[in-house]
Amino acid sequence: MITLKTKNRLVKDKFMLWGICILAALTAVPLLAILGEVLLRGYDQLTWSFFTEPTPTAYKAMKAIEAGLPIPGGIANGIIGTMIMLGMAVTFAVPVGILCGAYLAENSKKRFAKVVSYLTDLLQGTPSVIIGIITYIWVVVPMKGYSAIAGSVALFIMMLPLIIRSTEETLKILPASLKEAGLALGGNKARVMMKVQLPAAFGGIFTGVLLAISRVIGETAPLMFTALGCSLIRFAIDKPISAVPLLIWEFFNDPNLQDLIWGASLFLLLFVLTLNIIAKYLAKKWNQ
Amino acid sequence: MPIVCGGIVYALVTDAYDAFEHFGFFRFLTSSEWDYTEGAETYGALPFITGTLMTTLLALIFCIPFSLPVALFVGEYFKGTRIATVLSTVTDLLAGIPSIIYGLWGFYTLRPIIMALNISEQGSGILTASLVLAIMIIPYAASLSAEFIKMVPNDLKEGAYSLGATRAEVIRKVVFPVAGSGIFSSYVLAIGRALGETMTVTMLIGNTNNVPNSITSTGNSMASIIANQFGEADDLRLSSLIAIGLILFLITAAINMVGKIMIKRARIS
Amino acid sequence: MESVKHILEFKKTCVSYTKQTMAVKYVSAAIERNTITAIMGPSGCGKSTLLRAVNLMHNLYQNIRVDGEILLNGEDILSMEPIDVRRRVGMVFQRPAPFPTMSIYDNVLSGFALNGIKLSKAEKDATVERCLRSVALWDEVKDVLNKKGTFLSGGQQQRLCIARALAMKPDVLLMDEPTSALDPIATKHIEELLLELQKEVTILIVTHNMGQAKRISSKSMFMYLGELVEYGDTETMFSNPTDERTKAYLTGKMG
Repeated sequence: MITLKTKNRLVKDKFMLWGICILAALTAVPLLAILGEVLLRGYDQLTWSFFTEPTPTAYKAMKAIEAGLPIPGGIANGIIGTMIMLGMAVTFAVPVGILCGAYLAENSKKRFAKVVSYLTDLLQGTPSVIIGIITYIWVVVPMKGYSAIAGSVALFIMMLPLIIRSTEETLKILPASLKEAGLALGGNKARVMMKVQLPAAFGGIFTGVLLAISRVIGETAPLMFTALGCSLIRFAIDKPISAVPLLIWEFFNDPNLQDLIWGASLFLLLFVLTLNIIAKYLAKKWNQ
Repeated sequence: MPIVCGGIVYALVTDAYDAFEHFGFFRFLTSSEWDYTEGAETYGALPFITGTLMTTLLALIFCIPFSLPVALFVGEYFKGTRIATVLSTVTDLLAGIPSIIYGLWGFYTLRPIIMALNISEQGSGILTASLVLAIMIIPYAASLSAEFIKMVPNDLKEGAYSLGATRAEVIRKVVFPVAGSGIFSSYVLAIGRALGETMTVTMLIGNTNNVPNSITSTGNSMASIIANQFGEADDLRLSSLIAIGLILFLITAAINMVGKIMIKRARIS
Repeated sequence: MESVKHILEFKKTCVSYTKQTMAVKYVSAAIERNTITAIMGPSGCGKSTLLRAVNLMHNLYQNIRVDGEILLNGEDILSMEPIDVRRRVGMVFQRPAPFPTMSIYDNVLSGFALNGIKLSKAEKDATVERCLRSVALWDEVKDVLNKKGTFLSGGQQQRLCIARALAMKPDVLLMDEPTSALDPIATKHIEELLLELQKEVTILIVTHNMGQAKRISSKSMFMYLGELVEYGDTETMFSNPTDERTKAYLTGKMG
């Protein structure tokens, strides 16, 4: 009963379904390949000293290689640098971002808010290397030197639009009744925002902050012209400082240090993906 | 915000001014010389503009055959099922991988494959960079397209099925036309991502300052020349690099603006 | 084919969602050629579900199952290829939904486009005119055939959707509350149209509106909680229902 034409169309339909399934499944291959490679090549480097010792000099590393020993040292300078810069960036980006986000959510019809909203998009779309240049011009040149401050300014600029957007979006999906109930009790707008809306939006904003951190923590380009890098463990914020992605870039370029590259990458990758998964999990919980 | 953005443009323009003044705006854009021998300094942005456009375009071409199926998988065929959630988690994680790690993977895994296949001798180049770039933009293109595919009203799909169409035909003749402008805009935004991608390209493109003459040749993109030379540059070269940064900023801003406007329009209709 | 008396026949048709709930329970009924049969009943009685089963719409969704038989010209459609069945059984939905990316002209021909059937320009023109004339839309839209179908009024859109279904020359036309989203005047137009159309096609219409059933149908079904309670001539059913439940529904004692 089924005509040849119908059969043809059904075959095409099946073909499309399978094609889509196969191509979609192939998309998972790079993720697994990258994870697998970094894991396999990096897992045996993750020892205690890897996290507690700074990067060796190229000379020390060369000596070790010549003697057939594993390269001494680790990435402690990078981890501490990342933590310091990230800490400073988060400290400033969270309040400023939440404030801007709350303003945008409350005044979305105003002309000025529209401009701010548009510029937030613009900033979010700006390539990170440009943020690096800007911070160089703004901070490094006036301060006459690379520093942890400059690095954290770059990270701050990159996090800001992400936090603004997540705050704004979370506040917008809160039920209007919440705000109305607060206002009905006689609170003024600012107080209702502080005491009612923002606490209610905490989950969404927190998720947004986590995602923002995971987005900027692996950024390399903007740190290259701002924090520069340093092979010592340092806590001073007005001196050049290292960061984990900067170390990976250094190892990539220095044949003597290449063995350290996979451990550092594994650490960074695990950190970023864990943050991502936690954020996604929280977002799901928050939505329920 | 306006101060920050105004400051960005102001800083870029003032610092790029030297280069434009020295070479002339159009000559800077169209010159393919990049020579920093002292005394004979001459800088032009053409090799890097070409490099950026080539890598972006190729990445887009490589990305479509994977991102579109992912979008259909998540937004139509397996909409709302567990397996769709798994796939969108996978693409989300792909989006989370730092670009420097993509670069490493490209350098240590993909480059040897390219060399083994005899596609190019040194392994790095426009093609290698574009391949990895394509993987990096799949998540952006796919998740946004899926959103628009999901929004195609069920009424329309049932209407088409009731006339005897197969699923493939419904997708081709109803879903794509209806979601088309949204899907298109998600690729515009993906282009915006690819244009400014720095580390991956820097690690894979081969870093030569010539206008690339084929997809297997080496080159430099606007972002990668900045990443490579900014640290060691001063005076005129620094200004030229900042000028390239300004051009890159303007291009990405324009592309992103177009994409956002298109998305807003697609959402309304 | 002509030897089969009934164009459509339900034989112990059951539709079940997941495992527990049965939306349609053992419905048996034979539909006569070139009639309008109304399916009535309170919401949730399974009338739409039964109608959709004739077009195998349940195949699009997981965990809906149809058991029993549904015979179209004596053949069980449940064992046929859905896309073949759907071409022979047209369907019009509650809300008018012309394809927004196609012109009025292309909307009428969308069935051919979707099925990959190529027509000559002359055939296309003839089909468009024939179908739009039979839904009494031709005079209103003949000058704007290249405009998008979504510019039309609700009633016109619904007529366009009927034209789109008629273009495929179906044996049976299924209508799922086709006027519930329309105003009274547009509803009246569609009802008049259906009375005309029964000359060329057998119509099965689900309706919430008793007046409508009385005005247009020659046969009526009354369904309640998934069961077919009563099926017979519309006039008899309205004047002298045999079942208490039908009586309760018709006298407004049941939602």
